[in-house]
Amino acid sequence: MTAPSLAAAPAALTGRRNLEGNEACALGAIRAGCRFFAGYPITPSSEVAETMARELPKVGGTFIQMEDEIASMGAVIGASMGGVTAMTATSGPGFSLKQENLGYACGAEIPCVIVNVMRGGPSTGMPTRPAQGDILQARWGTHGDHAVIVLAPASVGEAYSETIRAVELSETLRVPVVVLLDEVIGHLTETVDLGAVAEAPGIARPFATGPREGFLPYAETADLVPPMPRPGDGYRSHCTGLTHGPDGFPTQNPAVAAAALTRTTDKLVLHRARIESWREQATEDADLLIVAIGISARAARQAVKDLRAEGLKVGLFRPVTLWPFPETPLREAVAAAGTRKVLVPEMNQGQLVLEVERVLAGRAEVTGLSRIDGETLTPDEIAGAAREALK
Amino acid sequence: MKDTKTETAASFDVNDYLRQDRMPHFLCPGCGHGIALRALLWAVHEQGIPKDRLAVVSGIGCSGRLSAYIDANTFHTTHGRPLTFATGLKLARPDLHVIVITGDGDCLAIGGNHLIHACRRNLDITCVMLNNEIYGMTGGQVSPMTAEGRFTTTTPEGNTEPNFDACALAAAAGASFVGREVTAQVLALKTLLGQAIAHEGFSFVEVLSDCTEIYGRKNDLGASPEMMLAKKSAMRPYAYRNTVDVPFRPNALRTGVLTRTDRPEYGAAWRAMAARIREEE
Repeated sequence: MTAPSLAAAPAALTGRRNLEGNEACALGAIRAGCRFFAGYPITPSSEVAETMARELPKVGGTFIQMEDEIASMGAVIGASMGGVTAMTATSGPGFSLKQENLGYACGAEIPCVIVNVMRGGPSTGMPTRPAQGDILQARWGTHGDHAVIVLAPASVGEAYSETIRAVELSETLRVPVVVLLDEVIGHLTETVDLGAVAEAPGIARPFATGPREGFLPYAETADLVPPMPRPGDGYRSHCTGLTHGPDGFPTQNPAVAAAALTRTTDKLVLHRARIESWREQATEDADLLIVAIGISARAARQAVKDLRAEGLKVGLFRPVTLWPFPETPLREAVAAAGTRKVLVPEMNQGQLVLEVERVLAGRAEVTGLSRIDGETLTPDEIAGAAREALK
Repeated sequence: MKDTKTETAASFDVNDYLRQDRMPHFLCPGCGHGIALRALLWAVHEQGIPKDRLAVVSGIGCSGRLSAYIDANTFHTTHGRPLTFATGLKLARPDLHVIVITGDGDCLAIGGNHLIHACRRNLDITCVMLNNEIYGMTGGQVSPMTAEGRFTTTTPEGNTEPNFDACALAAAAGASFVGREVTAQVLALKTLLGQAIAHEGFSFVEVLSDCTEIYGRKNDLGASPEMMLAKKSAMRPYAYRNTVDVPFRPNALRTGVLTRTDRPEYGAAWRAMAARIREEE
């Protein structure tokens, strides 16, 4: 038997469908070539697993419900090591449990996609209530320095298209990608044109094809993405979570160790233009710029319309790629408009605002707006805070 | 009569299965893990598994380091989780022969839940647990398999917890093949591991290894030969299983094949179901 191919025909996903954000993530992953899903039940993300359990067998994929969150992350990495595109989905407590193996995937550069549907925390928190409290955990949840990509859809259509992009970035750059939804986007039902992304991007993992003799599984290539050896192809290489050199074996040589870690983080810097994605609404002359993600950005969009109707110059900057944060585009938007004030509404005690403050570093006055009671921020709340800031 | 045993032994060279550029290995003098590794590779050889189709997945600890020495597709994963990685790998790539090397701490403490469910699921993976009764890599702390009264760095006055029978646990959880052997019986160990690899379904083999450097010293158990022989004589070989009427070491653990049942292999069952769904579509 030969190894499954990523080029396997995607499911016949066409037409307009009414979908939940969670379902859209599952279908997007299948559209992008995901053929393995391991999960564990958790509110409010279970529909991702349920959709995968129903759809994956139809396209020759494999679904498995594992014994716990840790195991499902391990199984996803194991499948990906075998050369098959793999994904899992979870929410806060499960996301915490997945962090160690997520770090393994960062260190060993194993492609995988993790959908995290944010709910109230900490701990068991408010399982059925929305929150955006995992913004920093998604970036820094696992221990040690590491590179990771986090995408933050704000609609069901985007849950579909961004999960496709998550698979593409993960496979081509050999890096874990987190699709970060809040509970509202996960359970929101909207119409999605599944065929709108028919020309799916070139999703192809760089598999090793050269000579077996002297093969280095973590060689420093020009694009900083080493071709991945696939079991059965004759490379017989080693893969470890220990710090390893180009040969894949553990090292404590200071120069080799530093170079290895630097390459995995430099990789995302080199490919930044491909990774970064953001949307701007009425930013060109904005005195005040709102920076928000997910459902908070949806509320902010309405607030911008309402404030513009009042004659206030307010715009919205929405990072779709949350990490690495689109810092240059934000600085440029602020500089181009001569923006004086920036408002960061988010459903936590102030996480995104820290990054915005760091990025703008005094270029504009940054204010946060928090809501942590399990309810969403409303357009009126955001508009009120914007008026206050502009006074 | 042909002496097949000698013939096989002659055709097997462990060096054909080891990454020579990783030598010398890091195991302590007297450690039983090297014997277990040799027996495992011998069994792989006898089963005729091509190295390109062999995937070895290990966890963390002394046992975890063995995968790096094997000339195959090797994966050194996280502590306690090798069975989870192996589950994904085997489901994604049923064409690979997947062997997990784990230790008593890795498999029974931090990874205990994964063992139970791997046994229940019956995916075609061979799990080789090297039981040296201690956490060796971290300097000699008590493990779930440390005997009562034994001294470790975290039981300076002697262990007050009981250990347990991992093979009984595996069998109760549904493992379709369970076996146990000591490193002193290397031919029997090789044969047992071969049977486990050939078994279609989840197989669990407990290898009673020995940690001479730490566990042996701390408990005054002698050098490696003494520890190995003591273990051997504490066992009740499989051959005596039918002598229950005249008990031969009635309280001793049994070695050999302990459980072998024929039930559906998980991966095959899943693929059959998926094929049926596609037909109905």
